Amino acid sequence: MITFESVSKTYPGGTQAVENLSLNIATGSFTVLVGPSGCGKTTTMRMINAMVTPTSGRILLDGNDIAEIRPVSLRLGIGYVMQNGGLFPHRSVIDNIATVQRLLGLDKKNARAKAFEAMERVGLDTSLAKRFPAQLSGGQQQRVGVARALAADPPILLMDEPFSAVDPIVRDELQQEVRRLQAEIKKTIVMVTHDIDEALLLGDKIAVMAPGGTLQQYSTPLEILTRPANDFVQSMVSKDRGFRSLSFEPLGQVPSTALPIPGADGLINATTLAPGWALDLGHTTASASWVNESGQRYPVSTPVRRTDTLREALDAILASPVGAALLTDVHGDPTSWITLEDLSPRLAPKLSLEPRA
Amino acid sequence: MNWILNNTEQTWELTREHLYLSIIPIIAGLVAALVLGLVFGNRRRARSIITTLASAVFTIPSLALFVVLPSILGTQILDPLNVVIALSLYSASLLVRTVFDALDAVPAQVLNAAEAVGYSPIRRRLLIDLPLSLGPLAAGLRVAAVTNVSLVSVGAVIGIGGLGQLFTSGYQRSYPDQILAGIIMILILALLLDRLIAGIARLLTPWLHLSTKETATASASGSEAKK
Amino acid sequence: MIGEMLSYLGTSSHWVGEGGIAARLGEHLWYSILAVLLALVVAFPVGLFIGHTGRGKIVLVSLSNTLRALPSLGIMTLLVLLMGLGLFPPLVALILIAIPPILAGVYSGVANADALVVDSARALGMKDSRIILQVELPLALPLMLGGLRSALLQVIATATIAAYVNLGGLGRYIFDGLALYDYGQVMVGAALVTALALVVDGLLALLVARFSPARRLTAA
Repeated sequence: MITFESVSKTYPGGTQAVENLSLNIATGSFTVLVGPSGCGKTTTMRMINAMVTPTSGRILLDGNDIAEIRPVSLRLGIGYVMQNGGLFPHRSVIDNIATVQRLLGLDKKNARAKAFEAMERVGLDTSLAKRFPAQLSGGQQQRVGVARALAADPPILLMDEPFSAVDPIVRDELQQEVRRLQAEIKKTIVMVTHDIDEALLLGDKIAVMAPGGTLQQYSTPLEILTRPANDFVQSMVSKDRGFRSLSFEPLGQVPSTALPIPGADGLINATTLAPGWALDLGHTTASASWVNESGQRYPVSTPVRRTDTLREALDAILASPVGAALLTDVHGDPTSWITLEDLSPRLAPKLSLEPRA
Repeated sequence: MNWILNNTEQTWELTREHLYLSIIPIIAGLVAALVLGLVFGNRRRARSIITTLASAVFTIPSLALFVVLPSILGTQILDPLNVVIALSLYSASLLVRTVFDALDAVPAQVLNAAEAVGYSPIRRRLLIDLPLSLGPLAAGLRVAAVTNVSLVSVGAVIGIGGLGQLFTSGYQRSYPDQILAGIIMILILALLLDRLIAGIARLLTPWLHLSTKETATASASGSEAKK
Repeated sequence: MIGEMLSYLGTSSHWVGEGGIAARLGEHLWYSILAVLLALVVAFPVGLFIGHTGRGKIVLVSLSNTLRALPSLGIMTLLVLLMGLGLFPPLVALILIAIPPILAGVYSGVANADALVVDSARALGMKDSRIILQVELPLALPLMLGGLRSALLQVIATATIAAYVNLGGLGRYIFDGLALYDYGQVMVGAALVTALALVVDGLLALLVARFSPARRLTAA
C-alpha cells in the first residue's frame, strides 16, 4: 500500500506542483495518474521513490514513512521505467537490464542470468543481449527499460510516460504487453500519462489531476467515464465517452443465432443477414470469410468471444459486410453469429447524464 | 634524417627525455582535471572559480612560467621539475574545461534514470558520468598531448627541453639538419601519442563506434521486438 | 628577485625610448596582431569552406593536429638559418600557431549552425552565398571569436621566443636576463608578457560576450 497523506510540493520560485494530495494506492493495483502538462502527475510519482521531496505531508510505504528510508535503498526496491527507456548508452542490453541486481551486490554472472529471464518475460529476443541501446528500435528500447525495472523483481513499479515516445503501432503492442505482464506478475504499478485513452485502457484505478496539482477524481475507469466528478474530468473524457464506456462490460449472454448447417458446396447460407450472402468457415477460424453472390470474399477479420467487451463486439458487427459478428465458443470454434439487434438491449445509455446546473 | 641516423644514441636519449617531460604532465594534468571535474562539476560557484583560474593559468606564456616557477617553488632554474610542473598546470587547465564540458554533455535523462534506479551519487559519477564523457574527453586529451609535446621544446632555451635542445644547439652551431631532425622527431612523437590516445579511447568506448550495418538492421527491423 | 623586478618596473626611464618597456610592448603586439591577421587570411576561407560544405573534415583535423605539434622554436631557428635573421622566420612560426584555433573556431561555428535553420533558409530560396553571409556567419560568430581569442593568446605567449632569434618584444627581457643571470629582469619579462596576455584575453572575452546570442537576447 502506498499512502499519500496531505502531500504538497512547491518548487523554489513558488510553482505549486502538487496541492494537499491524499491518496491510497492498493498493493497489486495498476494506478494511472493522468492529466495535462503542469498538473503535477510526474512530481507525484517521483515523490514515491524520493526523486522529489514533498514540501509538506508524508508518503508511506506499507505504513513506513519513506522520508526515513535512505533514498538509494528505497529506489533499489522500486522499479522505474522512463520515457525513451532511459537506457545507459554505454552498456549492452543485458548489462542495462542487470543494473539493479549489480547495484544490489549480485555478481555479474548471476545478475546476467536474471537479466536473461527478464528479457524473455518482456518478449525480447535474447539474441539482442549484446547490442548497445543505439542499435535497437524505439519499441525494443522501451522493452529493455521495462525489463530493467522488472529484473530485480521489485514489488512496486513506477512508469513515467513509458509509451509516449514510440509510434502508435508499437505503443499498442507495448500496452497489450504490459497488460499481459501485470496479469502475470501482479505488481503495484503507478504510471503517469497525459493520454486518457491509455489511462482508461491500462488502469485499475485512475487519478485525474488538474493544473496546480489538485486531485479531481480517483476511481475506476468505468466510474470516471460514466460518472465524471466535475467539468474538468468530464472535459477530459468527453470524446467518444458513450462509445468508450462499452469497453468495460463483457459481451456475456447476449442472444445469438446458431450457425445453419453448411450446404453441399460447404457454404453456410446467410441470406437472413443480407440477401445473396453466405459464410465460408474454411479450414480454420482465421480463414473464415463472408461470400456474396458473385463469389467475392470478405475475410471475417475478428471473430468475437463472450469474454470480449461490448465495444469489440459492436466494432466487429459494424465492420462486417453483412452486419453480423461471428461468435466463437470456449474452444475458439465459431458456433453462432450476433447482429446489431442482438446487441441493442445492452447498448442502453450507461452514463449518468445529469442536467447542467 | 641523416642527422638522426648518424646520432641515434643522442636522438634516443633526447627522445626519452622529451617523452618523460611531456607524458608525466599529461597524466598529472588529466588526473587533476578529472578529480576537479568529478568533484566540482555540479557546484556552480566552485566550478566558475576553477574555470576562471584555469583560463588565467593558461594565459601565462610557457616561457614566463618556466622562469618564474623556480622563485615560487624554490627549485633550481635548471631543474626539469619546473618544466614538468608548468606543463602539468597547462594540461590541467586545458583539460578541466574539457572535463566539465564532457560531463555536461551526458544526457540529463540518463543521469535521471541512474538516480531513479538507485545509484548513489558517487557510484553514478564513476559508473555513468565518467564513462559517458570519455568520448569528448579523449578529443581534448589528444589536443593537450600534442600541444605538450611541442611545448616541451621551449624549455630548451633554459636548458631543459628534450628534443628542443636540438634547436638551440643546431642554431648556435648553424646546423639546420639538426633542427630539422628535432622537428621531425617531435612530429613523430606527437603523432604516435595522438594515435595511442585515440586507440585507447576507441577500446574504452565501443558504444561510440557501432558499425553502421548493425545499427541499420536494428532500425530496419522496426517496431517488432520479437520475431 | 621580486623586489628587483618591482624597482625595475618602477623606474620611469626603463619605460621610454628605444628598447624601453613601451617600445617592447609595441613590438610584441605588432608581431602578434600581424601574425593573427595573416593566419586569419589563410584559415578563415578554409574553415568557411569546410564548415559550409562538410567536405575535407578529416583533412582539417589531421592538419590542425600536425600544426599544433610543430615546435615554434624549431621552425624559427630553422628558418633563420635558412633565410637569415629578420621578421619573417618568427612570423611564419606564429602564423602556424594561430591557424589551428582559428580554423577550428570558424569550422565548428559554421558547421554547428543549426541545420534546421540553414535548411529553412534554403527552403525560403536563399542562395548559398546568402546563407553563408546572413545565416551561418552570424550564428558562427561566438565560436569564431572564441577561436580568435585562443589564437591571439597562444601567439602572444609564443612571440616571447622571437627574442631568441634576435627580435624585439617582451621576450628580450627574459633572454637578456637569462644571459646575464639577472633574474630580476627575467621576472620583468615574464610579468609583462603575462599581464599583456591577461589584458588582451579580458578584452576579447568582453567582445565574445558582447556577440553571444544569449547576451543579445537580454539586451533586446
